[in-house]
This record gives sequence, C-alpha cells and structure tokens, in this order.
Amino acid sequence: MSILVDKDTRLLVQGITGREGSFHTEQMVEYGTNVVAGVTPGGKGKAVAGVPVFDTVADAVEATQANASIIYVPARFAPDAVYEAVDAGIPFVVCITEGIPVADMVPVYAYVRQRGARLLGPNCPGLITPEQAKVGIMPGFIHAPGPVGLVSRSGTLTYEVVDALTRAGLGQSTAVGIGGDPVIGTSFVDVLELFQADPATEAIVMIGEIGGSDEEVAAEFIRDRVDKPVVGFIAGRTAPPGKRMGHAGAIISGGTGTAAEKVAALEAAGVRVADRPSAVSGLLLEAMGASKG
Amino acid sequence: MNVHEYQAAEIFARHGVPTNPGSMATTADDAAEIARSFGRTVAVKAQVHTGGRGKAGGIKIASTPEDARAAAQAILGMDIKGHTVRKVLVAGGVEIAQEFYLGVVLDRPRRRHVVMASAEGGVDIEEVARERPEKIVRALADPLLGLHPYQSRQIAFSLGVPPAQVSGFAAIVQNLFKAYVATDATLAEINPLILTRDGQWLALDSKMSFDDNALFRHPELEDLRDPDEENATELEARRSGISFVKLDGDIGCIVNGAGLAMATMDAVKLHGGEPANFLDVGGGASADQVAKAFALVTADPAVRGILINIFGGITRGDIVAQGITEALQKVNVSVPIVVRLSGTNAEEGKRLLAAAGLTAVDSMDEAAAAVVRAAA
Repeated sequence: MSILVDKDTRLLVQGITGREGSFHTEQMVEYGTNVVAGVTPGGKGKAVAGVPVFDTVADAVEATQANASIIYVPARFAPDAVYEAVDAGIPFVVCITEGIPVADMVPVYAYVRQRGARLLGPNCPGLITPEQAKVGIMPGFIHAPGPVGLVSRSGTLTYEVVDALTRAGLGQSTAVGIGGDPVIGTSFVDVLELFQADPATEAIVMIGEIGGSDEEVAAEFIRDRVDKPVVGFIAGRTAPPGKRMGHAGAIISGGTGTAAEKVAALEAAGVRVADRPSAVSGLLLEAMGASKG
Repeated sequence: MNVHEYQAAEIFARHGVPTNPGSMATTADDAAEIARSFGRTVAVKAQVHTGGRGKAGGIKIASTPEDARAAAQAILGMDIKGHTVRKVLVAGGVEIAQEFYLGVVLDRPRRRHVVMASAEGGVDIEEVARERPEKIVRALADPLLGLHPYQSRQIAFSLGVPPAQVSGFAAIVQNLFKAYVATDATLAEINPLILTRDGQWLALDSKMSFDDNALFRHPELEDLRDPDEENATELEARRSGISFVKLDGDIGCIVNGAGLAMATMDAVKLHGGEPANFLDVGGGASADQVAKAFALVTADPAVRGILINIFGGITRGDIVAQGITEALQKVNVSVPIVVRLSGTNAEEGKRLLAAAGLTAVDSMDEAAAAVVRAAA
C-alpha cells in the first residue's frame, strides 16, 4: 500500500513537449511510472518517450483513461491547466510549476475542492511511491520501498532526508512534496490523514519551514488524530523576519511563522524534532522502537 | 515588493479611497515649500520601507513652514532600523475624531483573501491581534466572487461606525479590496483610517506590498521600486534568477534549493558560525549560475569562508563540479571554500574538484563544521 499514487496510476503529462515536460517524462517512464498520455495544444499525433500526445486533456482522458495529471507548463498558463485537468474529470492533479501568482491560486484551490478533486502543489517536486510510480522531478534512485511516509514543503531538502533514510535502511511508503507557496492544494494535514490511514505507513517524517502556520495546524492534528510515530524537521531557524527565503511562502511576517514557534508546537504534540536533517533517521528509529515497545 | 507610503496612497486614491493630500520631498527646502502651500499645520513623515517610524522619531508635526524645514532636516538622513531616510512626505494636518484600522491580506490557513478591521486604529495591529483579538473584525472574501458589499457594511456595523458614516466606510472597504486585487497586492493597509471632526473619512497612512510572482503583469509597479531601499546585491541576484538574502554573518552559502539553503544556514549556526547570506542557485547550477553566485557572495567583505552545498538530483554532481571549477577561473575567490556534494554522480564530481585542488566532503554537518573552522 501507499498513498495517492501506485502502480495503478495512469499518468497524463500537461506540457509534455516543453523542455521540462519532455525531460521529466523520460525520467518518469524510465523509473517505471505508467505514463499513458501527454497534452500540448497543437501537439496531437506527436510522441514523447513513446507517450502519445493529445491537443486537450479531455481527448487524452477519453483515449487513455488517465487518472492523474502532472503539470509542467509555465506559471502564467498553469492555473488554466489545472482547470482543464479538473474539468476533464481527473481526480488528482500535481502542479510542479513555480511562480504562480497567489491571487490565481486562491480561486484554483476553491474550484478544485468544489469539484471534489485533489491538487498537489504548486511549486512542489511531486511525489513518489518507490518502485511503483514517480510523479515528479525527484531523483528516483535515492528512494527505496519501506514503512516511512514523508511529507515536506521543500525539494532538495527532502532529497537530503530521503537519502539519509534510505542509507539507514528506512525505506518510504510514499514521499510527498506539498510545495513552498503560500496557497497550496494539499496541506500537511491532508497528507498526515492519508498516512495515518495507510496500513503500509508505520512512521511519518514531516519537513516544514518558516512562514505561515500549516505546521502548527499539523501539530494539532497529530496530537488529536495521529498515533503513528512522527519525526519533524523545520528549516529556517536562522532566517530573518520580513524576508522571503526563496520559496514564496517562506517568510516570517508580523512575528509569526518562525521556526521556534513551529518546533514548539510540534514538540508539544509529541513529535520528535531533529535539529539537523542528518538527525532525522536516528530519531525515527528511536520513535519506531518506542512505539513497538 | 514593497513601496513607500506616498506611493501606496497614490494607488489607493486612484481606486477611490480618500487619502490625506500630501507631497513627497527629498530636501528640507522642498518640505518647507510644500508646508507653505498647505498654509496650516502639516505632518512630516519619513518614507522608508519599515514600520515603527513614529517611535523612531521619523514623524513630526510642524505648525509653520520653518518648523517643517527643521523637521525635514532632522528626519532626512536619519537611520530607522537600518534604512536611511532619503524622502519625506509632507501631508496636511487633520483633526481626528476617531481612528480605525483597515487591511486586506491573504489568510493563509483558509486560502482566501481576508479584510481585517478594528476600531483600535493607529496602533500596532499585530499587538492588538495578540492581546485583544476580539477587537479585530474579519470578513473572508469569496475565492471566486470576491468581497460582497454587504460584508463591508457588516464590518462597519460590527465596529460601531456611526450610522450616517456606514456607507462611506463600506465604500472604502470595497475600494481598498479592489486596489488590492487590481495590483496583485499581498497587503493593502490603512492605519489609521480616520473620521475627522467634520465627518470625513481619510486614509492617514497607507501601506502596500505586492506579489513578486505577479509583477510580470504589472509593469507599472516596477517604476515604483526604490533602489535605495534594496540591497544592491539582492537586486543583482534577482536579475540573475538567483534567490539571495543578505544576512549579518561571515560564512557565505551557495546551495541548490530554498529549503536546503535554509537548512544549510541553520547548520552553519549549529556549528558555531553565522551565515552571511541565504542563496538558492536554482535547479540547474550551471557554471554560469555558480560564477554569478560566487560573485554575489564575495561582494560582501565580511565573508571569511564559503560553503557550497549541492544535493545532486536531476542536477548531476559532475556538472556542478565542473561549474564550480570553471567559475573559479572567472572569479577570484580568496577565502577558504568547502564543497559538499551528494547525490547523482557525486563521486565523479568530487574527483573533478580534487583535480582542481578543492576538497569536497560527504555530509552537510561535516561541511558546516569545516567551513566554520576554516573561517575562524
């Protein structure tokens, strides 16, 4: 078992003929992901890495019964791509695109919810269920199947932690990057809920960062609803207030969103919080041992 | 992106928010001249991209043009939280009957825009939110339809706005929300919004910030950028597509990925050092980008050591290593460099670095400890 994607995922790639789209389609196909279709307006009849290209998502879904989509189109066209996917009946949409205006994401978020679909991202690396489906831009080879569910707002920092987990013999059920923007489709809580319900996930790693209060909301959820061991890490303890640290959502504003507050909230909810990425696997083994004993 | 009070007031006025008339001056003489044209008491206000101007002495009331000149002289050149004052706004004095707070921001947890208002205006709203949260009234805008007029009236009634003034107040809320949406703002704030003794509404202090991701569709906002208010290196970084934030320490950091870049700064601190910057070189980490990153980091004379932390994912370690060695031929770096390379083709990358006389280590902890040691 796993969450959100597995070997039954039939993936559609929006923006498949673009530089990013074609490169990552090859990578995903190589990993073994079942990529069934691609969409680029005017691209009908082409193929990328053996994957047929269609003009519209509706055409692609009709021909291939795609049940998930990943978006690689530029920021100014990405909201439209999400609407197109959801209107074509795709239940799970992953948006990799970085740089989408917040004002565009507010209605996108509401619309996707209204339609009963789920959006992951934007500005995220995607997600991977090791040896089943890689739906994103992460390096597949650092992952291994196993009992750890991982959820993160970051990209390379996630790879850092995944790599350390795999080296420590801790494989992953699914690793999910929720994205670094202020308005994202899937929150920590959404993913925690899925991991809690997933029999293959025995323990959870949550990687947060400064800005917003999603980690605090997640801490409450963990306290009340999660009985699997959770280990956390929060990036940005040294970040100054009022400055956007790369990610649009990573900003301490009005004195809230600091790493210290998030660490305190998580610890109060019983989460073991690592002070450095390399300490995550040790704390996780400790936590898993403790929960068995 | 932030703008000055006088610029925010201009945007508000264009959207039908009544603002207190005033003009911007860069010299004491100009300030005196503007005061003379008012012919009454004026406020002379420092124009800097930071709060707490009043407490710092950056806002003075002047009853004559000579007073205004003296006030401007005292304020211009003043340092407020690291910002040098180069401009003042000279605005007409008003007789305040009542002060309110009115702001539009993104409510992140609810993923909607929210209007916040309070009858406790003119004070630090974050303090009100912390200590007397019941004093703040909120209205969430519909994500698809926007802010309904009834919501604006509802706010007015909840705040106890006098009945004769409700429609005037509600119109300001609607217009402020329009200004926020039209400019892709992340903040539109009036503090205080005042009711004068003769029953007029006036925005006495205006503040706006804008979404950097939306600037592509607002070329007019670029003209409002004040280069004096931005760190020169940060400006240069933006032009190169590199995320860079200047900090106060002496360990320069070059990292791929924003989360990893923050974690790297934290690791430097954990090992007894102080990071000099946040730097996310972006996905590719090509020779060109790495060369630009070196130039940005070494432009800071405080930097005594550089930590390069690259986790090769799709970006290959050998390509990054090549980028680093090529960059070092273009840019002269005289401080110690510690490279941490991991992930895809890291071994090959490390061999390339070794051949160029650079040492690369495996772990982030090791690298942070080494660079702090080398810079000491």
